[in-house]
Amino acid sequence: MIDIAGIIIICIGVAFTLFGCIGLIRLPDVYNRLQAATKCVTLGTCGIMFGIFVSSGFSGLGVKCLICIPLIFLTSPTAAHSLARGAHIFGVKLWDESRMDEYKEYKSKQ
Amino acid sequence: MIILLFILIISCFLCLYRAGKGPTVPDRMVAIDILGILVVGVCAILGYILDLHFFIDIAIAWIFISFIGTIALAKYLEGRNLSD
Repeated sequence: MIDIAGIIIICIGVAFTLFGCIGLIRLPDVYNRLQAATKCVTLGTCGIMFGIFVSSGFSGLGVKCLICIPLIFLTSPTAAHSLARGAHIFGVKLWDESRMDEYKEYKSKQ
Repeated sequence: MIILLFILIISCFLCLYRAGKGPTVPDRMVAIDILGILVVGVCAILGYILDLHFFIDIAIAWIFISFIGTIALAKYLEGRNLSD
């Protein structure tokens, strides 16, 4: 029973990961791609880790997976944030149909 | 579980497609960053299937290597030195 619950959580995580990668292919812009891919893949990988923890319990494998979750939640959004800032400073244009560019307004105010 | 592993590997190939095609430099960097996180999931599922614990150790090390690499590349994008 607990095995099945763990495998269902792992399936949800893998589905999030696949949808994030499809978003990485389909979306039109660096910032859109970054937003889709980072959030979905982070949550998906944490789902995989939590599913393995649920199905294997407090063994060596499960506790190491549980340690991985806060590491991913700390490092992945930080890397994505610095990449978005770097891309904006590097001069990548937004998509044609984007309406707002708040970071540009913020930089022009300073 | 093997099917889930195959789906993750297909996702890795989608990321590699974006890294090869990407029109600008930040596109490729985003794809490589995402690939680093995907490899962590692949390592975790491999460790669960084969019941080998050291794959998770590889995954923990890979998280930090991917993070430091992405931060260094983002600093390069902003036009600063690594010593700033």
